[in-house]
Amino acid sequence: MNTATHTLDHHGDHAHHPTGILRWLTTTNHKDIGTMYMTFALLMFFVGGAMILGVRAELFQPGLQLMKPEFFNQLIGVHALVMIFAALMPAATGFANWMIPLMIGAPDMALPRLNNWGFWLLPPAALLLTMPFVLALFGIGDGAVATGWTLYAPLSVQGGIGVDFAIFSIHILGISSIMGSINIIATILNMRAPGMTLMKMPLFCWGWLVTAVLLIITLPVLAGGVTMLLTDRHFQTHFFDAAGGGDPILFQHLFWFFGHPEVYILLLPVWGLMPHVLSTFTRKPVYGHTAQVWSFIAIGVLGLIVWAHHFLTAGLPVPALLYFMYSTMSISLPLAVLFFCWIATMWRGSMSFETPMLFALGFIVLFGIAGLTGLVLADVAADAQYHHSYFVVAHFHYALFAGGIMGVMTGVYFWLPKWTGHMYSEKLGKLHFWLTVISFNLTFMPQFFLGLAGMPRRIPDYALQFAEFNAISTVGAFALGLSQLLFAWNVWRCVKGGEKASAEVWEGTDGLEWQLSSPPPYHSWETQPVVK
Amino acid sequence: MREATLPQPRRHGRLVGRLVLLAAAFFALGFALVPLYDTICRAVGFNGKTLKDAVEAKDLPPAAINFNRKLAVQFTSTLMPGLPWEIRPLEPAIELHPGELRTTRFLVRNLSDKTIVGQAVPSVSPTVAARHFRKLDCFCFKQQTLAPGESREMALTFIVDGDIGEEISELTLAYAFFPAPNPS
Repeated sequence: MNTATHTLDHHGDHAHHPTGILRWLTTTNHKDIGTMYMTFALLMFFVGGAMILGVRAELFQPGLQLMKPEFFNQLIGVHALVMIFAALMPAATGFANWMIPLMIGAPDMALPRLNNWGFWLLPPAALLLTMPFVLALFGIGDGAVATGWTLYAPLSVQGGIGVDFAIFSIHILGISSIMGSINIIATILNMRAPGMTLMKMPLFCWGWLVTAVLLIITLPVLAGGVTMLLTDRHFQTHFFDAAGGGDPILFQHLFWFFGHPEVYILLLPVWGLMPHVLSTFTRKPVYGHTAQVWSFIAIGVLGLIVWAHHFLTAGLPVPALLYFMYSTMSISLPLAVLFFCWIATMWRGSMSFETPMLFALGFIVLFGIAGLTGLVLADVAADAQYHHSYFVVAHFHYALFAGGIMGVMTGVYFWLPKWTGHMYSEKLGKLHFWLTVISFNLTFMPQFFLGLAGMPRRIPDYALQFAEFNAISTVGAFALGLSQLLFAWNVWRCVKGGEKASAEVWEGTDGLEWQLSSPPPYHSWETQPVVK
Repeated sequence: MREATLPQPRRHGRLVGRLVLLAAAFFALGFALVPLYDTICRAVGFNGKTLKDAVEAKDLPPAAINFNRKLAVQFTSTLMPGLPWEIRPLEPAIELHPGELRTTRFLVRNLSDKTIVGQAVPSVSPTVAARHFRKLDCFCFKQQTLAPGESREMALTFIVDGDIGEEISELTLAYAFFPAPNPS
C-alpha cells in the first residue's frame, strides 16, 4: 500500500484527559477503550478458565468427588457464557477499537461516547451473570444458570433465579455488542482515509465488518428469544410451553439462529488478522485479498441459514435435515478458499518463526481439525451418534480455543509491541506457545475418542471405561490453564517495559498502522493519510 | 509545528439510524417467527403437529373409504411433571381403513385429592402423517377438569384421510397431558 503521510511529530503532545480512574470511566479515546476491552477479556478469560478447571477436576475420576451435580451444571453453562460473551467477543472488540482506526487512517471511532457506554455495560453484565454464585452462598436462590449456555426450554423455564440473571446479562451484553457493531460499521464506512476503497481495505477490517453486520442481524433475535423465555417464566405466556400451544423446539430455532452465526462472529475477526500475520512473517504480500473478502461475505451469508444443524436429532423432517446438512457442508467451500489463501501466502516465502507466527501456524493446523470434524458432525447420519457427545465438545473447542483464543493470542503478540512500544519476551512467548499447543491437544484430543465411545457431554459422572481419557484430559486442562499465566506475565512485563519497539515493529509489515510510532500517539491520524 | 487539521466532521446519523432500524427489525422478526413457525409446522406437519381445530363432518372429503388398505394406528399417552393423574388408551392399537370414521377412548383419572385442570397436547408420528390425521372431536380441544379421585373416559373421533401416502402403514398418536398453565 502506497501512502503519502504528513509528518507525524506534532501528535501526542496534547493528550488532555483526567487521570486515574476517572480517565478510564470517561475516556472516549479508541486506544483507551481498546485497552479496557482487552484487559476485561483477559480477566474474564481467567474467570471462565477457573470455572472449567473445577469441572475438569470433578471429571478427573468417575463418581462424584468435589461438587454436587447442580453446581457442576452451573459451572459448565457460565463457563461457556463467560468465555463467549465476556472473553472472546470483548477481545475481538478490543482489537477492533485499537486497530481499525489505525488501519484505515481514522482519528478515532465514529461514535466515541457510544464506544465508552458499550464498554462500561460489560462489567455489570458479567457481574449479573456470576452474582447468583455469590448470592447462593448467602442462601439466596439456588445458584447460577444451570441449563448450559444454550438455555433450552423447558429446562430454562423451570430453572431458578440464575436463569433470570443470565437473561438480563444477555440483554445487556447484546446491547453492548450491537452498539459496538454500529460504531464499527459507521467507522469503516464513513471514516476510511481518502483513496482507501473498500476493496483496498485491510482484511482485518473486512472480517470485522462482516462480524458487525452478523451481530446486528442475529443478536436481536436472541434478545427476543430470551425475552420470551422471561415472559414464559414470569408472565404466564406460553411461547415454549406445549400445554399452552407453544413449542419448546421453537426456542432452539431462535437460539441457534443467533448461535450459529455467533461462531463466525467469534472467528471472522481472527480470520481477518491471520493474513496480516502470515504476510508479515513470510515477507510476502497477502495472497488472494479479494478472494478472502468474498469468502468472508459468503461465510457470513451461509452462516445465517444453517442453524438447525445444531439440533439435527430434534425430530426435523427429512427434507429439512437434507437442506441443513448440505447447506452446512457448503460452508466448507469458502472456508477452504481461506485456508488455501493462508497457505498460498506462505508458499515460498522467507518465513521466520516469531511467536505470532507460531500461533498463526498452530491456528491453521488445529482450526483445520475443527473444520474437518465439523463436516463429520454436519452429516445427518453420523450426527445421530455424535450429537451431544464429547465429540462435539472437542470439535467446538478446536474451533473456539484453537481457532478463537489462539487466534486472539496471535493478534495480541503481533500488535502488543505496537500498543505498548515495547517488545514482549520472545523466549516466554515461544514457551507459552509450545505449552499451549501441547496441553491443548492433551486436553481435547482424548475428548474426540470419549465422544466416539459414547460419553455424553454435561454429565458430572461417567462409566468406568471413560476413566483414562478423562484423566488425561484433566491433566491437559490444568497444564493449559497454568500455561496461560505465562501469557498474562509476558503481557504485564511488556506493558511495564522492555526493549523499545520500532514503528514497523516487524520486518515485512505493511499497512498504515505501522507508519505510526510504537506506541502510537494518544491522538493519531488527525490528518488523514492519502492512500494511492 | 503546525496545527493539525481535523478531518471534516462526518455525519453518521443516517447510517446509524438505518443500522438501529435493522436491529429493531430483527428483534421484531424474532417475535414474528412465533406464529410463522406454528403456521409452517401445521401446514407441513413438522414436529407431528396436528391441525388445531375440529373439522366439521361436512368439510371432509366425500367418504371414500379405501377398503383395500389397512392402517395400524397406535395410541400412547404420557403425563408431564406436576400432573398427578393417570391416563391410558382403552385401545392401545386399532386397525382401520383410510377414510373410515372412528372413535376411541382414553381413561383419565385424578389420583390426587384436589380438583385439577389439565390440557392434552397431541403429536403424530411419522410427522408426514400429521396433516392427514383429522379430528372431528377431541378432549384435547379444551382443558379438562377432574374432581378429586374422579375418573372419566375421554373420547377422540377422527378420520385418517384416504389420500395418506402409500408408504405409511402405521402411525402413532401420542398425547402428553400437561397441568393447564392458565386454568380457565
